[in-house]
Amino acid sequence: MENFKKIEAIVIGASAGGIKALLSLFTQLPANFRIPIIVVLHMPDARESRLVEVFQHHMAIRVMPAEDKSYIAPAHVYFALPGYHLSIERDRSFSLSCEEPIHYSRPSIDILMVSAADAYGESLAGILLTGASQDGAQGMLQIHEAGGLTIIQDPNDAEIATMPQSALDLFTPDFTLPLPQIQQLIFRLEQC
Amino acid sequence: MKNPTSVEIELKLLMEAIYLKYSYDFRDYAGASQKRRVLHAMSQLRCESISEMQAKVLHDPDTFMELLQYLTIPTTEMFRDPDYFLALREQVVPFLKTYPSLKIWIAGCSTGEELYSMAILLKEEGLLERSIIYATDINPQSLEKAKKGIFSLDRVRNYTGNYQAAGGKYAFSDYYIAAYDGALFDRSLCENVSFADHSLATDSVFAETQLVCCRNVMIYFNHALQERALGLFHESLCHRGFLGLGSKESIEFSGHANGFEPLVKAQRIYRKR
Repeated sequence: MENFKKIEAIVIGASAGGIKALLSLFTQLPANFRIPIIVVLHMPDARESRLVEVFQHHMAIRVMPAEDKSYIAPAHVYFALPGYHLSIERDRSFSLSCEEPIHYSRPSIDILMVSAADAYGESLAGILLTGASQDGAQGMLQIHEAGGLTIIQDPNDAEIATMPQSALDLFTPDFTLPLPQIQQLIFRLEQC
Repeated sequence: MKNPTSVEIELKLLMEAIYLKYSYDFRDYAGASQKRRVLHAMSQLRCESISEMQAKVLHDPDTFMELLQYLTIPTTEMFRDPDYFLALREQVVPFLKTYPSLKIWIAGCSTGEELYSMAILLKEEGLLERSIIYATDINPQSLEKAKKGIFSLDRVRNYTGNYQAAGGKYAFSDYYIAAYDGALFDRSLCENVSFADHSLATDSVFAETQLVCCRNVMIYFNHALQERALGLFHESLCHRGFLGLGSKESIEFSGHANGFEPLVKAQRIYRKR
């Protein structure tokens, strides 16, 4: 594998099957893993989800909800809050919005990824996992076009192949991998 | 931070042009969602670039009015976050009942969903007749819609569950007349409502109020503009007045954090210190 550019943030999109996939990616993350990770996980009608508590229970690293206007800090995993789109501003703070759902989803993976690509450019890594949606394909493409690193879960490995396949139909990412290899790759990003 | 791209420069220039020409100040809005909405407007208005759209907007007020509809985001529901309205009913209304007359400010009322929700709540609590409600927004077309009080029947039917969860005392359908695919809300709800064009970015305080509701408006502002808006609310509120924000908004990190104390923290209801 080639040497990566320095990665300053990782954005991850997941939908159906996503909780299991994310848990398998995150449980081994050490508390001092510095690169901030920002996640949009679609949940069916979850007005007050307990995602943060559920994930924190399994993880050493600090898990936080992505609060409006708060700044992204190292060594955190952030989850988008239900009912609001999540964007990253150029000053690397979060902002929320109530625009209409996209691909029936709010938060939308595309919105997070497109704004993150604007904010971080080539120092961003995007990961798209299992899901029965087309959300994220456009976002991953934009990360790719902004020079960022793109990793898509191998559709054969995904619980639901639709979402990774939609992105693969749009462009060829840097990596198409099953979950265990994605996990190893995340560790490697820290060492660059 | 990276150097600004051409699109970012164009965005900044467009907002400056709009401010100079029409006095609408979007210069301190949060960038990411503003960019999305401008790019969307650009394709809808069939412009090749933001610069081309800027020229059209400068020379044609109608085009500006069209663009304004994209720049502002209409709220989506009545009784959105029912627990918030329930908390208002149970924990704020008892205080409001002690005032002989009430002034309430719905800041950024958009097309009126929040306003009608509040008016219904006040009516059921016997407070509507002694209340004056100021419903303000920067978008004249939204204000017109709010004044008319006609909403899509499909959507209104979906609000019924919210109304009940918010502690509604009657049948939601008591408040509107259904005709074709629209729901016309009871005119008496708006008897004491004063609709006004008011900008949190450029205008000042106009009345002393006991309750200010500004939900899911400040998420579109940057830090500086959010501070300005909170300053206006603090100034407008009477001693120990109440402030209601959107479910994911908070003032804990703002310079005004000390000016308020949480009353129902989970529902983002604050009280002036």
